[in-house]
Amino acid sequence: MSEKSLNLNLRVWRQKNADAPGKFVTYKLDNISPDSSFLEMLDLLNEQLIDSGEEPVAFDHDCREGICGSCSLTINGIPHGKGRMMTTCQLHMRSFENGETITIEPFRAQPFPVIRDLVVNREPFDKIMQAGGFIDQRIGSAQDANALPISKETADKAMDAAACIGCGACVAACPNASAMLFTGAKMSQLNLLPQGQPERYKRAINMVDAMDANGFGNCTNIGECEAACPKGISLDFIAMMNRDYAVAKVKRFFSGAA
Amino acid sequence: MNLDPKIPDGPLEKKWTTAKANYKLVNPANRRKYSVIVVGSGLAGGGAAAALGEQGYNVKCFCFQDSPRRAHSIAAQGGINAAKNYQNDGDSVYRLFYDTIKGGDYRSREGNVYRLAEVSTSIIDQCVAQGVPFAREYGGMLDNRSFGGAQVSRTFYARGQTGQQLLLGVYQSLSRQIGLGQVKMYNRHEMLDVVLVNGVAKGIITRNMVNGKIERWAADAVVIASGGYSTVFFLSTNAAGTNVSAAWRAHKRGAGFANPCFTQIHPTCIPQEGEHQSKLTLMSESLRNDGRVWAPKKKEDCGKNPKDIPEEDRDYFLERKYPSFGNLAPRDISSRAAKEVCDEGRGVGPVVAGERRGVYLDFRDAIQRLGRKTIEARYGNLFDMYENITGENAYERPMRIYPAPHYTMGGLWVDYNLMTSITGLFAAGEANFSDHGANRLGASALMQGLADGFFVLPYTLGNYLGSIPPGEAGKIDINDPAFADAENAVKESVGKLVSIKGKTSPRSLHTALGKIMWNKVGMARSKESLTSAIDEIRALRERFWNDVLIPGGGDELNIELERAGRVADHLEFAELLCFDALDRNESCGGHFRVEHQTEDGEAVRHDDQYANVSVWEFTGVGNKPKKHVEPLNFENIKLAVRSYK
Ligand SMILES: Cc1cc2nc3c(=O)[nH]c(=O)nc-3n(C[C@H](O)[C@H](O)[C@H](O)COP(=O)(O)OP(=O)(O)OC[C@H]3O[C@@H](n4cnc5c(N)ncnc54)[C@H](O)[C@@H]3O)c2cc1C
Ligand code: SF4
Ligand code: FES
Repeated sequence: MSEKSLNLNLRVWRQKNADAPGKFVTYKLDNISPDSSFLEMLDLLNEQLIDSGEEPVAFDHDCREGICGSCSLTINGIPHGKGRMMTTCQLHMRSFENGETITIEPFRAQPFPVIRDLVVNREPFDKIMQAGGFIDQRIGSAQDANALPISKETADKAMDAAACIGCGACVAACPNASAMLFTGAKMSQLNLLPQGQPERYKRAINMVDAMDANGFGNCTNIGECEAACPKGISLDFIAMMNRDYAVAKVKRFFSGAA
Repeated sequence: MNLDPKIPDGPLEKKWTTAKANYKLVNPANRRKYSVIVVGSGLAGGGAAAALGEQGYNVKCFCFQDSPRRAHSIAAQGGINAAKNYQNDGDSVYRLFYDTIKGGDYRSREGNVYRLAEVSTSIIDQCVAQGVPFAREYGGMLDNRSFGGAQVSRTFYARGQTGQQLLLGVYQSLSRQIGLGQVKMYNRHEMLDVVLVNGVAKGIITRNMVNGKIERWAADAVVIASGGYSTVFFLSTNAAGTNVSAAWRAHKRGAGFANPCFTQIHPTCIPQEGEHQSKLTLMSESLRNDGRVWAPKKKEDCGKNPKDIPEEDRDYFLERKYPSFGNLAPRDISSRAAKEVCDEGRGVGPVVAGERRGVYLDFRDAIQRLGRKTIEARYGNLFDMYENITGENAYERPMRIYPAPHYTMGGLWVDYNLMTSITGLFAAGEANFSDHGANRLGASALMQGLADGFFVLPYTLGNYLGSIPPGEAGKIDINDPAFADAENAVKESVGKLVSIKGKTSPRSLHTALGKIMWNKVGMARSKESLTSAIDEIRALRERFWNDVLIPGGGDELNIELERAGRVADHLEFAELLCFDALDRNESCGGHFRVEHQTEDGEAVRHDDQYANVSVWEFTGVGNKPKKHVEPLNFENIKLAVRSYK
């Protein structure tokens, strides 16, 4: 419970639609409780804009507790802002100063075009998933769950990878707009588990190809993605993906397929 | 309204087998001729879309988020129940069935609930095969935890992210079908109406949320899996976009709405801090295993630092009122007790709207007994989350908690086959009313969503499609006047909304509705509070239609238009909820009528009059809805009083 309230200057990216040019517009917003979340602060900005007959700032959000991956926003140049291991919706205003100017932009990455204001199109992530981010298991035909023991270590590691919320901050943080952290996380989750073995190498090739086809750049080991990731997804999963992809290529070479 | 529940004859444990044996089938070669629309991509909708696509039907799936992976199911934390009996602690399908009926305060159908318990085991098998990383023991077997309302350990979990992992499993299956072209996915599309051709559901109307385009979609059957309606209270634990619109529009087209007054308030949420707040965050109920709930005995202590309140001035009210269950009393009972204390003026925390709404959940004794390390290991992530939101350290200062709307048991009425009272229109997941009666047990909603989507609809919908001759399949014409009428109605209402250009934002109207609902239709309801709520809702609805302000137009991405449409539906639906609560002259589960309680404040059910389902028929906005009743027959379970003293 904090008492003092904040007066802020907000530099917000405004863009009417995908084709229109965008620009920063500065708004003054006063009396913000330090206990409100960043998105609640934007709600209040929107209420103020609506009151004065202006169009509110569009942004994506839903769960508002850091799990759905809807919220995006680049805050003062950092995807999801300066909070470590946190999404924008988990960021609270107490980590800002009274009188501060805050710059709010959409996630910037070529594969994620702006739809309006702070809303971007992240469907290329879905495309990568559709290419191989699954285990081909017919619904209703599974064996008893405990018939396949999996060591706690493996299960935990798979869970570490599975924690990705698909927000896209990794892509926005990467100078090459690479989707390696996102793709590596999903691929590793499935490739670590015994259930994922039959399609392991096919999955590696299909997902990496989809990544390239959807305009994501290469990884040059800068590590910005890991720093921006709200779920602490480790670069190790990129290394694992690279290994699986290399093995898959070799296997394909020896099996004679082009 | 035809309310035949179509529960198969025969003994409980044979019903589902019998039903499956009698269902019609569609020849695999013919399946591609049939099309199905699924509204929703959560566990129920996404599961159904993936399963039906895999069976070979042509599926179109719609969601309002930018990806099916973001459906609200993602937010579930605690776990999912299944009668696996992996712990060898005496669990069985029958026991899960029994616990669910009892937990629901004897207001659900035996046949449906038994089927739910029966398919629960296949859910776990399926999820594991798909790669859902459930928690495991060192020996490699699946781990379980126990959850409220049960004496066995039957809850499977994936850290604190069970819903996320289950939904991602569903999303993976769905993605595979999308990649294969069996399912077409429409993100950022909001369903705004159901289309009936000669009284049979044959399609929907949507608004493309990016460019505002209103479109017609035809299919041989329509499934609504759009989630619950807790956001009628504005502040709830649900995602901000959760809404009643899809279900409500179906209701306005003739689908019966069952038990809308059965809503669940969760006792352990982080209290409201101020008027700016947009949602309330749930804290896992497991905290009550070690935390002690208390409030100051004296009003003048409420503003003090809790450290300065001596032991004798603290009221451990749950332990006092329910000595045998204490801090572990069920959700509805604990919630009400906390509200009573705050109503007496003994709440703690910041003053919001003239009142302190919060009680302490104190770990001091547990830390002394077990050491801080143990408490950290058990609840560290929850303490961190609490500190992130409130800025307070709960190791040093007791947490503050308060109840919040969380889940809605009521929903579209469905028969055993999950078909609504409109032929060809199905409802699944939280959007239907079917399995939880008047109160849902923890970890049972995820189970129901996946049961409906993966294991029930693929049979029952196939049976329905099997009744349509292959020659007629997929022959619905979107130029039929029924489609044109529905499209025009949607266009008109969108046009009307953007043209009002009044002075009040949709959000502030939603907040106003939330206040009415929480104060008068929340944890304690009375004839008086409900009657005045109806008047206030009507007045607010009038204000909405005269004074709402939506900047911008209908043919662009317009977040306020989206919000306004949902608020408009909530403003109509809220009235139905009140009528149902007013009509149900008893207290049961999440529905507490102050007129029906014992001397010491316990709920009093009236099984002679209300051991049934109230199903409402729409008769026009502002008119009293028409009530129908589906009796509940208990052939296996004896109705008893729930006691937790
Ligand atoms: C914080 C929290 C924690 C929970 N924890 C647990 C738990 O531990 N265990 C448990 O069993 N249950 C839990 N629950 C309950 C459970 O998560 C939900 O009841 C369940 O996931 C609902 O699933 P669903 O598929 O019915 O709907 P949802 O997952 O809500 O999906 C609804 C779908 O419908 C779509 N939709 C809605 N309206 C429209 C429209 N008009 N047009 C197009 N699309 C539309 C949405 O886009 C979405 O895809 C929890 C709930 C909350 C809020
Ligand atoms: S890897 Fe991290 S940053 Fe990238 S999408 Fe997943 S959660 Fe977001
Ligand atoms: S709104 Fe869901 S993660 Fe931020």
